[in-house]
Amino acid sequence: MEKFSKISGVAAPLPLVNIDTDMIIPKQFLKTIKRSGLGVNLFDEMRYDRQGNEIADFVLNKPAYRQAQILVAGDNFGCGSSREHAPWALADFGIKAIISTSFADIFYNNCFKNGMLPIVLPQEAVDVLMKDAEKGSNARIEVDLESQTVTSSDGQSFKFEVDAFKKHCLLNGLDDIGLTMEKAKSIDAFEAKAAMERPWA
Amino acid sequence: MSPKTLYDKIWDAHVAHESEDGTCLLYIDRHLVHEYPVSDVRQGIVHIVGPEQGWTLPGMTVVCGDSHTATHGAFGSLAHGIGTSEVEHVLATQTLIQKKSKNMKVEITGKLRPGVTAKDITLSVIGATGTAGGTGYVIEYCGEAIRDLSMEGRMTVCNMAIEGGARAGLIAPDEKTFEYVKGRPHAPKGAAWEAALSYWQTLYTDEGAHFDKVITIKGEDIAPVVTWGTSPEDVLPITATVPAPESFKGGKVEAAQRSLDYMGLTAGQKLTDIEIDTVFIGSCTNGRIEDLRAAAEILKGKKIKVKRAMVVPGSGLVRAQAEEEGLAQIFIDAGFEWRLAGCSMCLAMNPDQLSEGERCASTSNRNFEGRQGYKGRTHLVSPAMAAAAAITGHLTDVREMM
Ligand code: SF4
Repeated sequence: MEKFSKISGVAAPLPLVNIDTDMIIPKQFLKTIKRSGLGVNLFDEMRYDRQGNEIADFVLNKPAYRQAQILVAGDNFGCGSSREHAPWALADFGIKAIISTSFADIFYNNCFKNGMLPIVLPQEAVDVLMKDAEKGSNARIEVDLESQTVTSSDGQSFKFEVDAFKKHCLLNGLDDIGLTMEKAKSIDAFEAKAAMERPWA
Repeated sequence: MSPKTLYDKIWDAHVAHESEDGTCLLYIDRHLVHEYPVSDVRQGIVHIVGPEQGWTLPGMTVVCGDSHTATHGAFGSLAHGIGTSEVEHVLATQTLIQKKSKNMKVEITGKLRPGVTAKDITLSVIGATGTAGGTGYVIEYCGEAIRDLSMEGRMTVCNMAIEGGARAGLIAPDEKTFEYVKGRPHAPKGAAWEAALSYWQTLYTDEGAHFDKVITIKGEDIAPVVTWGTSPEDVLPITATVPAPESFKGGKVEAAQRSLDYMGLTAGQKLTDIEIDTVFIGSCTNGRIEDLRAAAEILKGKKIKVKRAMVVPGSGLVRAQAEEEGLAQIFIDAGFEWRLAGCSMCLAMNPDQLSEGERCASTSNRNFEGRQGYKGRTHLVSPAMAAAAAITGHLTDVREMM
């Protein structure tokens, strides 16, 4: 997995609340098990009309936001499916960080597994960053995972919380399975004990 | 020992390793795979087939690469829907990396009124808490109205814990649970059954255990409900009217306006005036035998007024049982299509799709934009409410037909 430390980039504003995984990547694209290539269909139904032409006023179709690396989104981003196509599509498009007041649990976890950083901030902070994002390509927002801060283009900084283990993995590009394997002894011991105590399971 | 919640007990019994920061490796007893082969009579939706086959047992940890895995919590098993990377992690290590969630208690007190079902409970809870209300929590549903539900009803309630944002839903196992599990193909037998049973009987929340959040709803206050918008939290009693976007706060104003435009509704319109084109009965929320019975009860001897209506049993066994009980004939006589088991119109991956603007009363769990077909409009309801709408051609208070 790629390491994540600091990015500075254009942020696209998506103020809608409850953006669900079907909106992020409609289900007709869920058949693939490849992690790459889904970026063109990100937000498909909002981004293209039925003939496949771009809808000009959708944010990611605007020239300023075509290279956006950050999304600033409304509350409860990513509710819906547990399949990882939504984070895959976002990552494939080039999104590295998503800022919102809250995320759906499964989606939140899935972001980290795909090298993306979901950032939870209070409403007031998200409002400031949303306004900042609306300024277009001149406004670059900075996300620094090491110091756990997001900084708006005019220098306002907001501190965010992130789980220490998840931060460690993302900073170092570590893969979960490898890390868990180091604890194989504990798992084996647990398994043996459980087989005695709950043989029916 | 300090009192524990049901979640605490299952969690503690499965921690294989705990790091200093509280990150745990949670041992996984069962990894369910999504679909059975189509040729098998046991074929169907994993969240219906798993319990039928006795794969799901109280006190277990269960994972599956599908968000509605929460369903299995109805047995008092800790069931998580996981993504592809986590599936790979479970396959490689038999564990899941997890931090303990917070505990939420959702208590439904007293009795339900006639015409009110498990689906109305679970939708009403989401209506009360919002789709993000459960974020970071595992919910335990309890109270008299939950105890009174059948296992099928409890599965319906837990199924939609995920729409309420929760990591999992749980209901403490009781005699009904044990009765349901006993004799299933993969349930323990003989001495193993006795040992399992005495363990399962310890799986309840101790008196005085701590919950981080408590929600109490009176069973008598729950009415048959429908969704009017494109989020499962957009829930109202059938007797209500379409809300005005301005009546909401913050980002929800814009979302509500967008929902109304998408759904083709106007504020102030009576919900019972909304005309329905299509009715879908099925899905992992409401594709069980009891759901089909409830719908057939309303449909008996009647004809549908909607353009099309279909019943898709959740498994081959449900389908066979419904045929045996004569329910299939009631549906067919009423004008319903009687389908093979599966997910079907719940997610429109196959030709069972709504066309643009087509309006559906559906017993599934998601009313997201495009969920049942591009620009299709979904109203989530209980099976009985779906049947009522099929007969009248518009959203209808099922209590008037009982
Ligand atoms: S019925 Fe619907 S929600 Fe349930 S598993 Fe199938 S597609 Fe998913």
